[in-house]
Amino acid sequence: MNIKTESNRGVIVVFVKEERLDANNSEELKSELNHLFEIGTKDVIVDLKEVRFIDSSGLGVLVSGFKNASTRQGTIKLSGLQTQVKSMFELTRLHRVFDIYATVDDALENR
Amino acid sequence: MKKKIALEITIPNQTRYLGLIGKIGENMAREFDDTVCDRDVLASQLNIVLTESIVNAIKHANATDPNKEVHVRINVNDSEISIHVYDTGCGFDLNTIPSPCFDPGSLNEKGRGIYIIRSMMDSVEYRRTNGGNVLEMKKSLRHG
Repeated sequence: MNIKTESNRGVIVVFVKEERLDANNSEELKSELNHLFEIGTKDVIVDLKEVRFIDSSGLGVLVSGFKNASTRQGTIKLSGLQTQVKSMFELTRLHRVFDIYATVDDALENR
Repeated sequence: MKKKIALEITIPNQTRYLGLIGKIGENMAREFDDTVCDRDVLASQLNIVLTESIVNAIKHANATDPNKEVHVRINVNDSEISIHVYDTGCGFDLNTIPSPCFDPGSLNEKGRGIYIIRSMMDSVEYRRTNGGNVLEMKKSLRHG
């Protein structure tokens, strides 16, 4: 999976640079998020700008990250959701769980 | 012109083929007239439903055994699309799968796949067939 991680204003931004986030590649994102929280990262933004498709496995990995962050008094925010991805969050009502922003900058400004 | 498309696809029991099958579903939906259904919505739904049902067959029914196969049959006409996903595993009882919990305080990482399929299709059944099981999903094309 193509993931790029950057530190920006004290927040780790994980850019998922894949068209699909599904059962074939989502475990790699899970490993990355687990690693970040294990080394003490508190605040993470996952940017999904390039993701056109997400399935229940992809959603599950983000839920796992959310629970992991909550356990450690951290945060995980999402940015850049495309229409189809946003509709999957709405269908599963996860849009009520996550703080979702249009862009990474918007997420950084709302800390 | 009346359309009738029938596709039969067999893939190894591996998730790496999900993108390929999802793309086939999307392209198939775009063959249809927008007066019959919203093609973009249908394309997205077929991608998701095919992905979820094949993952279900790979992981739960076929127990991630790379030597097994998943067989998919897609039939479309002007009024209905039906998708059959065959597995050769021991199967499961569709009726015992609960809806996902929506309470933010008790979120589960798993358990949304069948809910997503049921939300997008008009009927979903899982039954024994010769030498295995089939997940049968149907959707009318008359109301998007």
